Amino acid sequence: MTINWFKYASPASFYFLAGRMIPYFSALAIIFLVVGLYIGFFEAPTDFQQGEAYRIIFIHVPAAWMSMFLYVVMAFWAGIGLAFNTRLSSMVASAIAPTGAMFAFLALWTGAWWGKPMWGTWWVWDARLTSELILFFLYIGFMSLQAAIDDPKRADKAGAVIALVGVVNVPIIYFSVQWWNTLHQGASVSLVQSPKMATAMLSGMLIMTLAAWMYSIVIILIRTRLIILGRERHTAWVSELKEGALE
Amino acid sequence: MIWWIVKRDLLLAMRRRSDVLTTLFFFIIVVSLFPLGVGPEPNILRAMASGVVWVAALLASMLSLGRMFSGDYADGTLEQMLLSPASLAALVMGKAISHWLVTGVPLVLMAPVLGIQYDLPGEALLVLTLSLLLGTPVLSLIGAIGAALTLGLRGGGVLVSILVLPLYIPVLIFGTGAVEASSAGMEFGAHFSILGAFLLISIVFSPWATAASLRISMG
Repeated sequence: MTINWFKYASPASFYFLAGRMIPYFSALAIIFLVVGLYIGFFEAPTDFQQGEAYRIIFIHVPAAWMSMFLYVVMAFWAGIGLAFNTRLSSMVASAIAPTGAMFAFLALWTGAWWGKPMWGTWWVWDARLTSELILFFLYIGFMSLQAAIDDPKRADKAGAVIALVGVVNVPIIYFSVQWWNTLHQGASVSLVQSPKMATAMLSGMLIMTLAAWMYSIVIILIRTRLIILGRERHTAWVSELKEGALE
Repeated sequence: MIWWIVKRDLLLAMRRRSDVLTTLFFFIIVVSLFPLGVGPEPNILRAMASGVVWVAALLASMLSLGRMFSGDYADGTLEQMLLSPASLAALVMGKAISHWLVTGVPLVLMAPVLGIQYDLPGEALLVLTLSLLLGTPVLSLIGAIGAALTLGLRGGGVLVSILVLPLYIPVLIFGTGAVEASSAGMEFGAHFSILGAFLLISIVFSPWATAASLRISMG
């Protein structure tokens, strides 16, 4: 059986595919969110050093991971759009940016709430905090560049260049802990070593990450659908859609 | 080819000397404002000297980015450059080099004088100047990408700062880090190595990315 991979590269067919996928991913997001929050609040033990305040990691860590992951995904799709001139890829990239920026902001905000009881300060100029802040700036730069350009084709390509240039920053974020080695605690989770935290804490965090992931997919699909409608508003299939013929 | 562009741009810059001097005086004024703001305590000034000089250099280099392509864009020269059979990346390299010669080098030469204002000791002055010498070409090369992307956009000047300043941060960190390490009596060679690595990476990638951006911006 051969699959026609390019069928859904057309915005028109992707629009309907995305519409069909949204309910499933929404359900997954809600399930993971409920399970993750339950584990986070009721199953995970109280930390012997940090007390109850550590529970913010169930939001903080997934948000920080997603903000970095989404940047890479955004740069990937933007790069694909630049290289192969596929309109849909660039639309997805622009749809990812606001969600990524939201997660970066959330990571900084929850980090401040965690830092106040733990370190006694809302903000420190630690390498990881700073690079998360830079990541937030990169999202803002990507979005404001695209917003400043009226021609969507030029906006897509210009955004792709700045996203690919900014991707250099993501490894710097990752390795900054080893490079500068300052106040932020080293990574507690790694693939090569056994985790240094209780299983319930770890599973809660991972399930919350899945919830954040599914949530991102839902929001990005919705936003991509809106971008498709906005850009294709003059095409025949959108006007048919308006008349209710295709639903 | 590169040298032809550099010579031409330098000639243009010498014909309009006030542009060059504006950037330099902006740098000097920004650096001189800080003691007025935080007070003349020499110990505080010495501690913040490298950061202030470096941040002022970032801003001065960024403010002059608008001129890198806009003149050629306005009179149509840029279009001819894009049409020419010569490699666009080489042309862009020439533009970046001349931007550095016109804005970066004066900052490097002025930095020791400003460092004295901040009561920096001799070795720190030397390290500051050398770190700027290695770092400012990176600023011009990275800035070229931002200048090319925002070419002809409304609000391009503010936009270029949002795009480019976050990318300048690693250079700032290691540039000031070198000075701080030397003030603390530590080895600062590693900072120079990393700055050098940034320079090499940006020499390889920036002309290419800038050329792609110019083609996008010129449609």
